[in-house]
Amino acid sequence: MGKEHNNDINPEYHFKRKSKLKEFIGEKFIAVNAFAALIAIMLIFVFIFKESIPIFTDAEVKEEASVGKMVFKQHFSEGSDAKWAWQPNSDTPKYSLMPLFIGTLKAALVAMLFAVPLAVGAAVYSSEFAPKKLREFIKPIVELLAGIPSVVLGFFALIILASVLQKTLGLTFRLNALNAGTALGIAIIPIIFTIAEDAMMSVPKSLREAALALGANKWQVSISMVLPAALPGIAAGIVLGFGRAIGETMIVLMASGNAAVVSASITDPIRTLSATIASELAEVVFGSAHYNVLFFIGTLLFVFTFLINLSGDFVLVKLKERLQGRMG
Amino acid sequence: MKTIIALFSAVLISFGMSNAGNITIKGSDTLVRLGQRWAEVYMRENPGIIIQVTGGGSGTGIAALLNNSTDICQASRDMKPKEYKLAQKKGIAPYRVSVALDGIAIYLNKDNPVNELSAKQLKGIYTGEITNWKELGGKDERIILYGRENNSGTYVFFKEHILKGEDYFPYTQTLPGTAAVVNAVEKDVNSIGYGGIAWAKGVKDAAVKKSDDSKAVLPSVKTVSSGEYPISRALYWFFNGKPKGELKKLVNWALSPEGQKIAEEIDYVPLSPKQAQENIIK
Repeated sequence: MGKEHNNDINPEYHFKRKSKLKEFIGEKFIAVNAFAALIAIMLIFVFIFKESIPIFTDAEVKEEASVGKMVFKQHFSEGSDAKWAWQPNSDTPKYSLMPLFIGTLKAALVAMLFAVPLAVGAAVYSSEFAPKKLREFIKPIVELLAGIPSVVLGFFALIILASVLQKTLGLTFRLNALNAGTALGIAIIPIIFTIAEDAMMSVPKSLREAALALGANKWQVSISMVLPAALPGIAAGIVLGFGRAIGETMIVLMASGNAAVVSASITDPIRTLSATIASELAEVVFGSAHYNVLFFIGTLLFVFTFLINLSGDFVLVKLKERLQGRMG
Repeated sequence: MKTIIALFSAVLISFGMSNAGNITIKGSDTLVRLGQRWAEVYMRENPGIIIQVTGGGSGTGIAALLNNSTDICQASRDMKPKEYKLAQKKGIAPYRVSVALDGIAIYLNKDNPVNELSAKQLKGIYTGEITNWKELGGKDERIILYGRENNSGTYVFFKEHILKGEDYFPYTQTLPGTAAVVNAVEKDVNSIGYGGIAWAKGVKDAAVKKSDDSKAVLPSVKTVSSGEYPISRALYWFFNGKPKGELKKLVNWALSPEGQKIAEEIDYVPLSPKQAQENIIK
């Protein structure tokens, strides 16, 4: 509909013609801003990766922390069982990443189990059932959750949530994966909610009207028509929420207990990749194997979250194309 | 011409003199606050002397001493054999003086019936050999371990002196800072933690026995100072060779009753008067 009006310039607007040079400079300035972010991301990756290179090249570092040693179970002393252990300050430093991986995944999974039903449920209600006035109230409130600094959420989990969970569930450990994961869930609810809600709202009105015309009631329209149409968008929200859960640091640093344990129980304490970097990097001996390993963990986290966010964005773009295609 | 030479040499001499009154102190983060306080008071009492104090950790301080880039190295641990060997190679003769003490308290929840622990039991608890309070005369409950992050000097000291170099049990939950440990122990009935001796608020200190048949001692400035409390460490100043001149004056002042009183005022544990007297350099 924009095309029809293209030629009629509203006479109320009088654009002052700026000089060509000014336009040129302004345009380039904006372009530089756009590329600055891109270049910054690339440089950050290069620098982080550079510090972890000795793991692959330096014989002395490899002796302590080769990739194989970080991944597979090791016999750390003669005659002992092979095990995974994260003990970087030991007489024989142990750099198994497995306990940290397990911890990270446990926290993220708990967060997803907590956040996905709540966030998607809220999104369905807000976009399909809530009266317009209520919707305008719910959406900003949920999105306000995203503005809570993670250190505040972590503090809340450390002091209050941990005690509540321990008392009601009778847990052995006060700080554990469940506690950290729940607080993490609160942090990612707004991400999933916003994206899922937008996806459902962008399902074209024509589709809803067609379904209603065929005799479907409001519930049937929402569940059998809108939800499937917006599913890729909801999936993208979930994926982006997962990316945030993997990389989030402050909440898990405060609420998880930071014990590098290999176990399947979600009520055991955990130590995550991000919290390990946060707590150890400040005092590590510059250029030591420990230092290189921490940067290697940073590289891994960077790559993980980058790929997760990329796939989430990809799904979102595809969804937009599909819905707009249908509309045309 | 003569006057120019005289002026020139006067400048040189004064430059040399002010340089002689310039002392650098570097090392342990545990000690940095004490070093700064001492420097402040000493500089006020001895105008013309400039003392620079920086932290960075005991390891950093020792490295600086070996590179001859500091006059005094502060350390919360002795030098390792490796470091002594390196010093010899570099022609440095480390001279060690203990200037203050530091104690590490064991925190228990106030509702825990256990009040005493031996050093051997502590090792068992923190290496995972003892996992239930029942084995220590308490309730039939799992022991919840709290500790410090592995970059902390307290972590290292506890590992060396109580665990005898063995690794901490993986279930040890590490928290940033002593205050966080105290807070966690206060909330968790079955927990245990460790940290500085002046921190136990809302929790109780465990009385510690050096060996199974010795007397249990509660941590305090007095028991750490007298050496009765078993988990304590000396805090050192290292010099290159026996200190002379200004350096000797400074260390003897730090060991004097005045210097030791300053240490006590800012919550460090002073040496016993006898020990301080013995450490004074003749």
